[in-house]
Amino acid sequence: MADVLKKVPVREQDAKVRATNFEEVCLGYNQEEAMEEATRCINCKNAKCVSGCPVAIDIPGFIKEVKEGKIEEAYKVIGKSSALPAICGRVCPQESQCEGKCIRGIKGEPVSIGKLERFVADYALEHDIKPEKAETTNGHKIAVIGSGPAGLTCAGDLAKMGYEVTVFEALHELGGVLVYGIPEFRLPKQKVVAKEIEKVKELGVKFETNVVIGKSTTIDQLIEEEGFEAVFIGSGAGLPMFMGIPGENANGVFSANEYLTRSNLMKAFDESYDTPIVGGKKVAVVGGGNVAMDAARTALRLGAEVHIVYRRSEAELPARVEEVHHAKEEGVIFDLLTNPKEIFVDENGNVKGMKVIRMELGEPDASGRRRPVEIPGSEYEIELDTVIMSLGTSPNPLISSTTKGLETNKWKCIVADEELGKTSKEGVYAGGDAVTGAATVILAMGAGKAGAKGIDTYLKEE
Amino acid sequence: MYKILKAEKLADKIILMDVLAPRVAKHCQPGQFVIVKMDDKGERIPLTICDYDREAGTITIVFQEVGASTVKMADLKAGDGFRDFVGPLGCTSEFVLEDLETLKKKKMLFVAGGVGAAPVYPQVKWLHQHGIAADVVLGAKTKDMVILEKELEAVAGNLYVTTDDGSYGRSGMVTTVVEDLVQKEGKHYDVCVAIGPMIMMKFVCLLTKKLELPTIVSMNPIMVDGTGMCGACRLQVGDQIKFACVDGPEFDGHLVDFDQAMKRSQMYKTEEGRAMLKLQEGDTHHGGCGNCGGDN
Repeated sequence: MADVLKKVPVREQDAKVRATNFEEVCLGYNQEEAMEEATRCINCKNAKCVSGCPVAIDIPGFIKEVKEGKIEEAYKVIGKSSALPAICGRVCPQESQCEGKCIRGIKGEPVSIGKLERFVADYALEHDIKPEKAETTNGHKIAVIGSGPAGLTCAGDLAKMGYEVTVFEALHELGGVLVYGIPEFRLPKQKVVAKEIEKVKELGVKFETNVVIGKSTTIDQLIEEEGFEAVFIGSGAGLPMFMGIPGENANGVFSANEYLTRSNLMKAFDESYDTPIVGGKKVAVVGGGNVAMDAARTALRLGAEVHIVYRRSEAELPARVEEVHHAKEEGVIFDLLTNPKEIFVDENGNVKGMKVIRMELGEPDASGRRRPVEIPGSEYEIELDTVIMSLGTSPNPLISSTTKGLETNKWKCIVADEELGKTSKEGVYAGGDAVTGAATVILAMGAGKAGAKGIDTYLKEE
Repeated sequence: MYKILKAEKLADKIILMDVLAPRVAKHCQPGQFVIVKMDDKGERIPLTICDYDREAGTITIVFQEVGASTVKMADLKAGDGFRDFVGPLGCTSEFVLEDLETLKKKKMLFVAGGVGAAPVYPQVKWLHQHGIAADVVLGAKTKDMVILEKELEAVAGNLYVTTDDGSYGRSGMVTTVVEDLVQKEGKHYDVCVAIGPMIMMKFVCLLTKKLELPTIVSMNPIMVDGTGMCGACRLQVGDQIKFACVDGPEFDGHLVDFDQAMKRSQMYKTEEGRAMLKLQEGDTHHGGCGNCGGDN
């Protein structure tokens, strides 16, 4: 009999093997494992896990169906709240959300809610179980900007309510950060993302790629000329930030966005695609978030020795615990409490090394985390050929600068209320990274849901 | 799929195409660019807009065969298409937004080198349509490489053609012509717009700095998404880092760090070289690219 205090272990690709390929790391549960894990859920009456979920999935409800082997039923329960469960099961930070609230977690390990969600969603994709769609359309046209998690969720919810939704995507592929940002080994593009988007299409949502709102057309034109009655902006995060240290424009210094876009969206890791990528022999990734882990593990798979350079300590790493754990297993080296001072450049303009300084933790700062302070005289140099800056992004100005009456805050993020996504402009709603700055897939999905509710309320009042 | 309505060779390795892209044609302005992607596995390639027809919904692009992708693209014929065609990207030329009366008082000089004639054309045409005659210096290596001469002649004030080898028009680099016009032929200009190879723009800027002639250049660094996401196109402009795709592509030429920009544009030269080798050797490719593991 398995230890009831522990999760049913999930099968993974061996660390040594997977460090050299782009296949998915986590293999997920099979039905037997999922049903066994489901028995660990004690079906709390006042389930805390649900309140930990940004889209409030009826977690005990779907797990109960899994327990009984009714996987299709379980999918329907999840489908009421989430349009993208195969994605969320893979990329949500469960430890700080649903699983973080699980009663089982007090004495032992919480129920493996994420892995169960993933199993149910994958089963639905494999068995081509259709989502439930609206019987008739109500004739109201809605435009959704961006096909990332916020936009897809908003579009899916509105389509289920009967709206005629068109999603405009700037890039040539649908999925936003799910395709350009998160690597294949964490979120397979064809097997999972494309199929889950297919389900949104089945709800009746139309998609148009290669349309950059603010350039190819504007929000005002969508409303005035193309007959859209309301717009949801889910355009995502924007320009990468750099440190402002000497040498940062050298060849071999990339933003994590560029490095990951080349590898994920343009598939530069695959020889048969035309876009090049410089793998690097020795790579430093500066930063400690999920994006930094993704960049580090991508560089590792392209054959490099990879160091994460992060100015705080391990406890402050903002990345998901699972990502840090996987990165370590695969051989990524963590240079913690270390901060870059200067990048050294050779005569051809290529990176040849980096000067870093050791840090220690001082008093807590505004974020509540202890502030890293330089230790005087502790500078040292490391040899490198590639530096990847993963320091976050600042909002893209294309929409805010071309939309009349759309208010932004001092960080240039679009101002929108949390509950309904309402902006300062009538009929325009917004959510996701464009509003909050870089955050998580599930928070963006939560905002997409809120936006759909906001738009529905607005049009019913009209 | 974005259909190619016309494909024409302007000179050796320089191709012109008309592409059906109504959304782009409806909104584009001088100074902006597009990104095209040939097929599923292709690169995203930024290209300048040479002309547009809002009624017909078409965009005219001109490109030079420089890397593996553009060589492949040159094989496309009328009736074929691009998998993706997105734009207009980047900011419009500053003069488009200027007060027309103020603009009419300015004397503008355009300097177009090589394929740079393509992005210069819609700017000079726009000015012509607004009653402004701008002078144009059109330079090329040799006679056969001079492009868009007739088109520019129809919209420019004075057109000065020059070839590096003296086989056509004036003789010598565009910088010689600019210097002669200002210093020997008594021309006065308030603004210069120089578009061409980076090395040309660098030397035009060195000259116009000396001549105290404000100069705008159009930068064409390496790009990936072109929508302000990846940061690959960053440039040092004065003491600031600018992104060519959303802040540009046009900048104050006297502030651009050309040496750094030229080094950055070499970044994938070896990767490009490898890709080219593979393309040329096709199925007979067996190593030498340093990428594929040789005869395996």
